[in-house]
Amino acid sequence: MVLQLIQGLFNGLSIGSVLLVVALGLAIVFGLMGVINLAHGELMMLGAYTTFVVQNTFRPLGEPVFSFYIFAALPMAFLVAALVGLALERGVIRFLYGRPLETLLATWGVSLILRQFVRSVNGSLALSLGVFCLLFFGAWVILSRLRRDWSELRNRVLWGVGILSGAIAFFTHKVLDSNPTFSTLWFSARNVDVTAPPWLRGGIPLGNFQLPYARIFIIVLTLICVVGIYWFLNRSNWGLRIRAVTQNRNMSACLGIPTDRVDALTFALGSGLAGVAGVAIALLGSVGPNTGQNYIVDAFMVVVVGGVGNLFGTIIAAMAIGIVTYLIGSGTIAALLLPIDALKPVTEFFLFFATTSMAKVMVFALIIAFLQFKPAGIFAPKGRTAEL
Amino acid sequence: MTQVQDHSPTPQVLNPPLLGISGLNVYYGESHILRNVDLTVGQGQMVCLIGRNGVGKTTLLKTVMGLLSPREGQIRFRNEIITRKSPHQRARMGIGYVPQGREIIPRVTVRENLLLGLEARPQGRKGNDTIPEEIFDLFPVLKTMLHRMGGDLSGGQQQQLAIARALMGKPQLLVLDEPTEGIQPSIILEIEAAVRGIIEATGISVLLVEQHLHFVRQADRYYAMQKGGIVASGATKDLSQEVIQRFLSV
Amino acid sequence: MTVDILSRSQSLKRERKRQFLLEGIAIVAIAIFLIGVMPLLLTPFRLRLLGRFLSLAIVALGIDLIWGYTGLLSLGHGIFFALGGYAIAMHLQLQLPPGQIPDFFPLYGVTELPLFWQPFYSFPFTLLALILIPSLVAGFLGYLVFRNRIKGVYFSILTQAALIVFFNFFNGQQKLINGTNGLKTDTNQLFGVVVSSQPAQFAFYTATILILILLYVLTRWLTSGRFGRLLIAIRDDENRVRFSGYDPTAFKVLVFAISGGIAGISGALFTVQSGIITPSAMDVAFSIEMVIWVAVGGRGTLVGAILGALLVNYARTFLSEQFAEVWLFFQGALFLIVVTVLPDGILGWLRSWQWGKVRALLGMSAPVVTYPSLEQDPEVQKERQEVGEDGNQ
Ligand SMILES: Nc1ncnc2c1ncn2[C@@H]1O[C@H](COP(=O)(O)OP(=O)(O)OP(=O)(O)O)[C@@H](O)[C@H]1O
Ligand SMILES: [Mg+2]
Repeated sequence: MVLQLIQGLFNGLSIGSVLLVVALGLAIVFGLMGVINLAHGELMMLGAYTTFVVQNTFRPLGEPVFSFYIFAALPMAFLVAALVGLALERGVIRFLYGRPLETLLATWGVSLILRQFVRSVNGSLALSLGVFCLLFFGAWVILSRLRRDWSELRNRVLWGVGILSGAIAFFTHKVLDSNPTFSTLWFSARNVDVTAPPWLRGGIPLGNFQLPYARIFIIVLTLICVVGIYWFLNRSNWGLRIRAVTQNRNMSACLGIPTDRVDALTFALGSGLAGVAGVAIALLGSVGPNTGQNYIVDAFMVVVVGGVGNLFGTIIAAMAIGIVTYLIGSGTIAALLLPIDALKPVTEFFLFFATTSMAKVMVFALIIAFLQFKPAGIFAPKGRTAEL
Repeated sequence: MTQVQDHSPTPQVLNPPLLGISGLNVYYGESHILRNVDLTVGQGQMVCLIGRNGVGKTTLLKTVMGLLSPREGQIRFRNEIITRKSPHQRARMGIGYVPQGREIIPRVTVRENLLLGLEARPQGRKGNDTIPEEIFDLFPVLKTMLHRMGGDLSGGQQQQLAIARALMGKPQLLVLDEPTEGIQPSIILEIEAAVRGIIEATGISVLLVEQHLHFVRQADRYYAMQKGGIVASGATKDLSQEVIQRFLSV
Repeated sequence: MTVDILSRSQSLKRERKRQFLLEGIAIVAIAIFLIGVMPLLLTPFRLRLLGRFLSLAIVALGIDLIWGYTGLLSLGHGIFFALGGYAIAMHLQLQLPPGQIPDFFPLYGVTELPLFWQPFYSFPFTLLALILIPSLVAGFLGYLVFRNRIKGVYFSILTQAALIVFFNFFNGQQKLINGTNGLKTDTNQLFGVVVSSQPAQFAFYTATILILILLYVLTRWLTSGRFGRLLIAIRDDENRVRFSGYDPTAFKVLVFAISGGIAGISGALFTVQSGIITPSAMDVAFSIEMVIWVAVGGRGTLVGAILGALLVNYARTFLSEQFAEVWLFFQGALFLIVVTVLPDGILGWLRSWQWGKVRALLGMSAPVVTYPSLEQDPEVQKERQEVGEDGNQ
């Protein structure tokens, strides 16, 4: 009985910590910048695929090294997701600040593109994309150095350059695609599997069940991320700048803070955390183009319940949602109530919700009910915040 | 419309002025707020902008800071055209801004608010986290409140913090928007003394918007605004009773 | 001066009447074309496709009503769409000899018809249900959310979460509504005619067009009068509406419920013309796609919603028939383009472009940028003229 409860709590905590590591990046991007990034799940997916790639690169190196590929995967995943996030912010989102609904739609577009991208990426696609970037941005940099009147010419010239380099890239793609080395898909639409390193398999036995190492690893990882973020935001120079810009953008600019760089950095940080979350979910199961979609809405719920812009609230919300979901979904509550005859209808009620997907139904109802009392989340944001 | 004559002799400008504004036209959407504003602030000068509520004084200062962009006109600072520069670039060039309403960052401690002022130094903050003693000499209150949240200070304390924060960046031009608004007389005197002290100690220039006659008289020159345009200017020692009555809401 | 204003407002009224008349003639002409001519031009398969797309245009109208006019971006309209579809599908599943139950039930060991299926034997009840159930669900959900002044992106996220919840529910309940497999309608009969037969399909096609017109007129009416102006006011500044003594919550709930009901009708028409309804109608992507139809056409225009739904769906059919994998890239790009360079959609672009040209010819300044519907509203123009005159005095 007690063991069952401990197991339930542990599993709930581990679900909660997955939720939390996924929601951390969102809490930064949504909480601090007011940006709804529906491509957050796809950034996570990219992190997971990075783990897969790093694993495959490490495999030929043999055993002692291979076991620790995960420690190379973490920074790589962070970097890949952060860079993609940076490109997303500079390329799209920065034009949409203050228009959250438009941002939402645009990032959904990006999410669709990223999902299809991992399905159809192959050598020729990657190379032609590289060619395009090289030509387009190369021309941009060169022209902006050469021409004094660049700021006036800019828009017209960029259209021209864009179309031209697009055409060249398309041509490259067509040519390369006939060559099988370039036309084999890297990942295809099928799921790929990340094998956890040997030391993460198995678990600590406790009674008749065990605490899996992989789950413990995720809990520790989440803890490190939370502490790291807390330290970064509250103790570092950039953290102070980020907080200042969130609370009063105009005044921060007047103080000499480069607000656009702060935006880019904040967004990249949130995206990078999505990449780290991707490593975590890669350990839990197979990874596919739609992996990100499975987590994203739950993560948003965590942020909404926790209160926007509040790290502590996010933590509590993630754990609460994780534990409640598990206790209901696994039937633990129903099982606990079973011996009590008087509560039969209640037990049946809980039995009805005792599957993973039905538990989500119940948790959503609870969240809506919770928001009736605390519309702004557990910890309502204090002071001036952007009206969303 | 009767124009108030400018009786003062034009000051001898030997060096080019620190700040020069010419032909500035600013709009909010379709409404024309500033009309052909010309204004200069010389090296080491204290210039005061007066005018009744809503004539566009704050708008002018915001345009100087880059928070609003003019439809026409030019702003020069230290002999450079800064009309197209962003606010943070202007701050780094040496313009310190104390806005109307203070705009203290609310959920950040007083100390951090002050440290944020360091961002305006040309080389940036760069791990520097000492607050010079002079700041506390000017505003002793702040020393006891370093670990309070900026938003929890009283209005007068916030005003002092705002000025201190602007000074942290070692600006060459201090732009002050009604630093005495809504503040009790004794603290007004303190703030006034502090501003005078700063000018004496550092020789920086000041562009000030002010309603208090006593404070206005500290300035070297005044500009009077009406309906978005400059309608009178001159040395403050020549401020006539007529001008005072027309343009100061005393 | 007063006489002047009076005569002007009279001429405005006349102008308005003429506009409505013109619009009416255009609608009738289009309807005759769609019902009379299209069947001769298209194969039955293509006609059925067109019918399906037209029924999707109906849900686009509903989205435009809440997003374009009221500023509420719902990402959960799939719920209401699916509820409508399930309602009609349940009725069709029940067209059986007495004593029998739909054939999927025994697969899960269910021998007795669940209670909530019973009323769907009745056709009138079903018709009512396919409108009322979605709109009640929408109203209830809306009430819980708007009551707390949750708005903007929060609302969007919550509707999306609700969508996933409904999806999970329908997906998981095999014993009640056949879970993932959904309900088929093609082989069932309605009034003794097999649903997939050509006459039945043509009847559905015609009904779709008539209902689309009806709902267009309804939404047009709703958005052109006082109610419409209130919705726009809520979109632009909800607090001001509240301070002027209106209760925005009630209006938002109402308009969300109406929009849900419209989605229900759309879902029902779509279901009978595609032969099946499954929980995948509550796919996250599908509901967001609905929004992009409206955005492509031009939000806040109603016509744009219909146009956008048809265009995007035809583009999808074309692209996924030709090159399957391009479609998602294309759709993603569409989202980006519509948001960044075409914020008023095709219709808004056409209008502002023409307007700009006309004004430039007359030597006037650039037009004020507002929502396209405002540019068209004669009353707004009247006010503008008056304000303009005052300003020039
Ligand atoms: N954000 C805004 N949008 C539209 N109009 C504005 C805006 N801010 C100010 N105005 C208008 O611009 C004019 C000038 O405002 P400004 O704040 O510059 O006045 P001010 O001289 O600083 O007045 P005060 O002495 O009250 O501070 C006012 O008529 C005001 O109504
Ligand atoms: Mg002012």
